[in-house]
Amino acid sequence: MAVISYIDAVTMALREEMQRDKNVFVLGEDVGVRGGVFRATNGLIEEFGEERVIDTPLAESAIAGVAVGAAAYGMRPVAEIQFADFIMPAVNQIVSEAAKFRYRSNNDWHCPLVVRAPYGGGVHGALYHSQSVEAMFNSVPGLKIVAPSTPYDVKGLLKAAIRDDDPVLFFEHKRCYRLIKGEVPEEDYTIPIGKADVKKEGSDITVISYGLMLHYALQAAEELEKEGISAHVLDLRTLYPLDKEAIVEAAVKTGKVLIIHEDNKEGGIGGEVSAIIAEECLFELDAPIRRLCGPDIPAMPYSPPLEKFFMLNPEKIKAAMKDLAEF
Amino acid sequence: MATKIVMPQLGESVTEGTIARWLVSPGTRVNKYDPLCEVSTDKVNAEVPSTVAGTVTELVAQEGDTVAVGDLICYIETEGGKDAVADAVLDADNNKVEQAATPATTEVQPVAAGEDQGNRPQLMQVDRSQKARYSPAVLHLAQKHQLDLTQIAGTGRGGRITRKDVLRVIEQGGTTATPVQTNIGTQEQKTTPSAAQTAQPVIMAVQGERVNETGKIGNIPVYPGDQVLPVSAVRRTIAERMVQSKHEAPHAWTMVEADVTPLVNYRNKMKDEFYRKEGIKLTFLPFFVKAVVEALKQYPMLNSVWAGDKIIIRKDINISLAVATDDALYVPVIKQADRLSIKGLAEAIEELAVKTRENRLSLDDMQGGTFTVNNTGSFGSIQSMPIINYPQAAILSVEAITKKPVVIDDMIAIRSMVNLCLSLDHRVLDGLICGRFLQAVKENLTRMGQDINLY
Repeated sequence: MAVISYIDAVTMALREEMQRDKNVFVLGEDVGVRGGVFRATNGLIEEFGEERVIDTPLAESAIAGVAVGAAAYGMRPVAEIQFADFIMPAVNQIVSEAAKFRYRSNNDWHCPLVVRAPYGGGVHGALYHSQSVEAMFNSVPGLKIVAPSTPYDVKGLLKAAIRDDDPVLFFEHKRCYRLIKGEVPEEDYTIPIGKADVKKEGSDITVISYGLMLHYALQAAEELEKEGISAHVLDLRTLYPLDKEAIVEAAVKTGKVLIIHEDNKEGGIGGEVSAIIAEECLFELDAPIRRLCGPDIPAMPYSPPLEKFFMLNPEKIKAAMKDLAEF
Repeated sequence: MATKIVMPQLGESVTEGTIARWLVSPGTRVNKYDPLCEVSTDKVNAEVPSTVAGTVTELVAQEGDTVAVGDLICYIETEGGKDAVADAVLDADNNKVEQAATPATTEVQPVAAGEDQGNRPQLMQVDRSQKARYSPAVLHLAQKHQLDLTQIAGTGRGGRITRKDVLRVIEQGGTTATPVQTNIGTQEQKTTPSAAQTAQPVIMAVQGERVNETGKIGNIPVYPGDQVLPVSAVRRTIAERMVQSKHEAPHAWTMVEADVTPLVNYRNKMKDEFYRKEGIKLTFLPFFVKAVVEALKQYPMLNSVWAGDKIIIRKDINISLAVATDDALYVPVIKQADRLSIKGLAEAIEELAVKTRENRLSLDDMQGGTFTVNNTGSFGSIQSMPIINYPQAAILSVEAITKKPVVIDDMIAIRSMVNLCLSLDHRVLDGLICGRFLQAVKENLTRMGQDINLY
């Protein structure tokens, strides 16, 4: 098995799906000739031509709108929003159109569309290139939100998203792109959407996270292991709908739960995870559910010291994990 | 001073770069912002500018090397000699934000007592504020397995009982020990011999390793069915102290019998009202401590310590009280007991008893004792030979109060009698002074009931 980066797994999944199904095409800003600003679509225009790798104007509502129309027509569009921050003009198309297509047409129509968007900070991207926007979409039935953390999961989940008959938001953490590498099989495989994954078994505390923070949590867990603290780490992978069964199982395992995400705390995914645990397994809890998240301030600052303050890191996470273990 | 130059962050999502070409070599003088090398990443090709002015001393990364953001690429000797690592590092995207260490936790730690302290196992001050804060998981498990949570030791913060603590108890058989019994202040039941036998037998929930085959531990043979218990730190300290005292201080022993009938009558008359007014039970122990303290004022030699070539007579009278729990023995101290009334002593004893029961004794509670009173009567003993609480000079045990026929004015009467046993360090004390001391205690006790003020 080859060890490849997170972003190469994105490219690999796109290429294989485009080879497998001629209805699959990508569109977005600079995805063609440039190969994407992050190089996620690198080489695709050469292989599949400009009819299947479409450079669009800087108009996200149009990108999403075209994708919705093409999907309704039977195509399988993969729209790239260059930065998740730019998704706002497309929200109407995604939430009011794509998400409701099947319901509104009484199952006559459906909308097999994927919107890929790099999100997250820690890359000196400042206000317009660092946002986590997942929480804005996690109360929209009809949508699915996927946010993988490893190259293996990226490939399997992106393929599953493309083959899904309904709209999927596929959030890729931009700092993971070249930081995270992992083994990815060359053969075809999919990972079911809606299934969380235990990334590390443990017995003292349960950490629930996703994206870049999951890796930080794993690093912290490894260090804590030396101090005799054993952390159980669950990767949500799909943020909407949440894998309730896996969340409850992981929470019950230790009775002490720490939920970590880079997105702001209030109104974040962690609140929903916490509510599920409180509803389903209060009597198995050994400590108040805790959340470690980005601060509730408007945006990721540009100043490096302030960005460091804003971002969680393995040290901050380790301290929170240790604190919970000692509770 | 050599400044470390590290691989800078060259763009969003870039975490490493390959040195394509060095533009400087060792010895090259550079100004701040002069290009040092060309770096290629899968996104951009860029030049790395110098963050300082100075002379390049060493190229650490070679052309063709792929270097992670934040890793060292070369050293530059700066003119000013000032260390500019901070500047250079600031540019790099590293996650090495120092996080304040998590708060230290306190643990129960038996510590050896110093020369002048209580000299019995002692406990450090421990935060037990969360002992009775039960999580849903803990309550749920306790109900399901019918466990008494007050009997489970908590390993969480503030002494909180964690789910793991409960699971451990369940794993070990799922029963909790019977409540810890302290022998402070329970003598009120011991006024008649029959009452002494009503005490519930304490079932020790010891968890030992059961022996399967005949063998030996040290020189001691063990047989199938025997249980082998590990020696706890507290137990070991007790053992060491006892051996030290017995070994160093030549023990002598004496006993007197006192008639405490008036005291019993007085106390029985006063106890209900006292409880109503003060909220604590009026036991016999504060009266005995008072009688001892008054006698110590008369005979300060008993309030002393053997110090090799000197004898130190203590100014303060601090009474150590021997308090047994199921598995250990503590001697908390009533400080300056000579300044306390009967009520003051009763309160001090109650406080120490509660603290012992709740495992909240602090180091300060355990040190400074000058004379020990041992309430052996609480478990029905009528005679005992206590071991001196080293380095004190003597220890007095108060035995059970029993009704006996005694001769008064050539007539037989039924009186409430108590034995007072004294072990003394014969290096410091002799029989004569101890006899006088005990007589004084006895007279103080006999006088109580007619001529006493509780306050």
